Amino acid sequence: MSVEIRIRGAIKRYADSADPVINGLDLTVKPGEFFTLLGPSGCGKTTLLRMIAGFNTIEGGDFYFNDQRINDLDPSKRNIGMVFQNYAIFPNMTVRKNVAFGLKNRKLPKEEIASRCDEFLKLMQIEQLADRMPEKLSGGQQQRVALARALCIRPDVLLMDEPLSNLDAKLRVEMRSIIKEIQHKVGITCIYVTHDQEEAMAISDRIAVMKGGVIQHIGTPKNIYQRPSNSFVASFIGRSNMLRGKLKMTGGEPHLLVEGLDVVVGHVKKEMRKDQDVLVSVRPEDLLMGGETAMKGIIDDGVFLGLDTHYFMHLPDGQEVISIGVSSIENTIPKGEQVSLSVNVSKINIFTSDGSANILEGVRNDNVTE
Amino acid sequence: MRRRFDMWSGVTVLFLALFALILVYPMFLLLKESVVNPQGQFTWENFVKFFSQPYYSRTIGNSFKVTVAITFVTLLLGIPLSYFYSFYQLKGAKLVFVISILCSMSAPFIGAYSWILLLGRSGVITVLLRKAGIELPSIYGFNGILLVQTLKLFPLVFIYMNGAFRNIDNTLIEASANLGCTGVKRFFKVILALCMPTVLAAALIVFMRAFADFGTPLLIGEGYRTFPVEIYNQYLGENGTDHNFAAAISVIAIVITALVFFLQKWATGHFRFSINALHPIQKRKPHGLAGVLMYLYTYLLLAMAFLPQVYIIYLSFRNCDQAVFKPGFSMGNYQNAMRHLLGRSVRNTIFIGAGALAVIIIFAVLIAYLVVRRSSVLNHTIDTLSMLPYIMPGSVIGIALVLAFGHKPFALTGTVLIMIISFVIRRMPYTIRSANATLMQIPMSIEEASISLGTSKLKTFVSITVPMMSSGILSGAILSWVSIVTELSSSIILYNNRNITLTMSAYVAISRGNYGLACAFSAILTALTMVSLLVYLKASKSEDIAL
Repeated sequence: MSVEIRIRGAIKRYADSADPVINGLDLTVKPGEFFTLLGPSGCGKTTLLRMIAGFNTIEGGDFYFNDQRINDLDPSKRNIGMVFQNYAIFPNMTVRKNVAFGLKNRKLPKEEIASRCDEFLKLMQIEQLADRMPEKLSGGQQQRVALARALCIRPDVLLMDEPLSNLDAKLRVEMRSIIKEIQHKVGITCIYVTHDQEEAMAISDRIAVMKGGVIQHIGTPKNIYQRPSNSFVASFIGRSNMLRGKLKMTGGEPHLLVEGLDVVVGHVKKEMRKDQDVLVSVRPEDLLMGGETAMKGIIDDGVFLGLDTHYFMHLPDGQEVISIGVSSIENTIPKGEQVSLSVNVSKINIFTSDGSANILEGVRNDNVTE
Repeated sequence: MRRRFDMWSGVTVLFLALFALILVYPMFLLLKESVVNPQGQFTWENFVKFFSQPYYSRTIGNSFKVTVAITFVTLLLGIPLSYFYSFYQLKGAKLVFVISILCSMSAPFIGAYSWILLLGRSGVITVLLRKAGIELPSIYGFNGILLVQTLKLFPLVFIYMNGAFRNIDNTLIEASANLGCTGVKRFFKVILALCMPTVLAAALIVFMRAFADFGTPLLIGEGYRTFPVEIYNQYLGENGTDHNFAAAISVIAIVITALVFFLQKWATGHFRFSINALHPIQKRKPHGLAGVLMYLYTYLLLAMAFLPQVYIIYLSFRNCDQAVFKPGFSMGNYQNAMRHLLGRSVRNTIFIGAGALAVIIIFAVLIAYLVVRRSSVLNHTIDTLSMLPYIMPGSVIGIALVLAFGHKPFALTGTVLIMIISFVIRRMPYTIRSANATLMQIPMSIEEASISLGTSKLKTFVSITVPMMSSGILSGAILSWVSIVTELSSSIILYNNRNITLTMSAYVAISRGNYGLACAFSAILTALTMVSLLVYLKASKSEDIAL
């Protein structure tokens, strides 16, 4: 049976500073969900994870697994599987002993320990390494041991703290699909911490983007990417060109004026339909080149990357922007040339001038509705 | 999850109480003793007497002078040796390592005693050269102390520097070559500069050892009087002891070592950086004239340093009548030793050594855990208290313990227990340092992993933390063991016939002029340390040793 994790009003304060790192944070992770805490370093994501695990003290708020309040439960009693950034494999034990370690503490019969151990060694495809010492294992293999060890105690919750950050790029991609696959197979509620947004997108059911101890946006990867709740999320997830513009109501229709461009944006929220300065986020793939428009860019560099070509350019007012398009058979546009630009209106995002809120319809932020 | 009163809080209280009893209380008595007269009235006269009479004040000056000289010469000898060892593929490198360790592990007075037999007034070499018409300068006094102590202590520099050189990343060497800095210039500007913290650490430990050394100046110092000998004379000497005056000298000695200690800390503060070698140094093959000189230097130095021990072992098999060695070989000295408490000495040595070592290891592990994992004001107090003995010369500790436990309610002098207490106190700072360092390198997440898998904190400590600390602690333990077994300066104040150790037996034989007997005891002691080291190296399969 999967567990729901509910956090209400969490407060974390470190002894040596008066300001809380996390102040009144709410979060609900659904049963069986693969949930990711994503944010730059120092945003409080690991702090929050370690509060759930019981390795950080909780200065305020309530933490629930289903209906059980776990605030005062000893970490060893929370029935949590945890995978650490450095794997934390016991160097003085073989792979099998590492995996069996948690089972032995549960005083299970010997045969059951052996059979469960084998089951998870097989699941992680490391049964042939069972009798090796950890120092003889590669990073990826250690990762598998750590995962097997965490899962074989049949925990209610699986917590992972940047488990892939010590692996090389190729292995990282391979391991993340393994982790996702296993999590679905076992059906366990999982909280995953990472600062790698691509990894978060690839692996998660839902993502919470954090900054400065505050959750900025909780949503599906698609929603967070396409309708970010504010300008921080827009620039942290994927790349964004941030342009200053104006919203002007003309003939009852909201017009977006940016760098000489004038387009009608039909999906501005009702209450936001008024003349105002705005911040526009245009993904590089939505900044289109060619056609006859009033928006001009001067090419600084063109980088051919095979599948697509990246153009770095600046606008007449000096702002630097980047446009990414599928490579064409024609020659790369040379430096210094002026090109016309337009945007893919349905995919751009428009924020209030301070960047704090998206004024378009379609933003789904579970953090707000809660 | 507030921290509640648990088992570890109990351990904290226990250590505070224990240290109050075996460290603070004796220290307090020592301080008190130094500022009263025999009638028990407060007075500064002990200090006035010390500083106003050059006969006494010179002892500290002498100690300081010879110690500074020893420190410089050991660095001068040890650093090049370690450089050759670390950067070149020397033939017999393992032998170089083992022998230098053995040299540093010899009992404090064996070197002095052996050099006297070699180069003293009627030493073998002196007599030989005199026949050839060459008169050697006197080995007694400053020169002798410098010679003996340098040859005994340079291996410490060697061991320290090996560790530092191993931490240098080869790419740094390559980068400096790439930037046009090679050879001698590179050695000073890059390699040695990177190792400065270690150079200072080595200098400090050499200074502390040499400054507090008692056996060497006692035997070879003669007119060159140093303060540990003076303390001993004032406390137990044959003519006119003055316990209060001895306590005053002890306090002065502690102040000086404390000053040096903080001076070193201050100097080390200027070199705050950490290096971590991903690409270890690639050793080169020595060749040409430089190679020959390298080999000559290495092996001549080691031969000089090892000669005293070899010579003592050789003499122990020679026929001997009291102070005169006669031609021919026999086991006579050993048979003589059997009649002079050999059995009891060996039993005591092993029992006291093992007991003290066990206590030290348990203390070190517990204290390291308190300090590193349960940081609090009280636990840092324990840590600081445990470092106190570091600046206390052995003879001072001996006197402080006699003051505290020499009479009721704790009449412990002459017991095995007080020997164990004194060795625990003396060695503890070193072992706690290395336990702290080891524990700091164990990532917290390993313990957290264990707890998250449902293990209690106590069980995690016993089954995860302690085994992971063991390798670091054991490598330090071997040195503790040997230095306990060869300890002289506090034992000489605390021993009697019942708790006599091998070292003390050897010393007693020397002081009675029974040279053959002394050689036999010394040889057995040397053999014991050699066997200990070799067993350790074999069992741990390690190529290194921690101090």
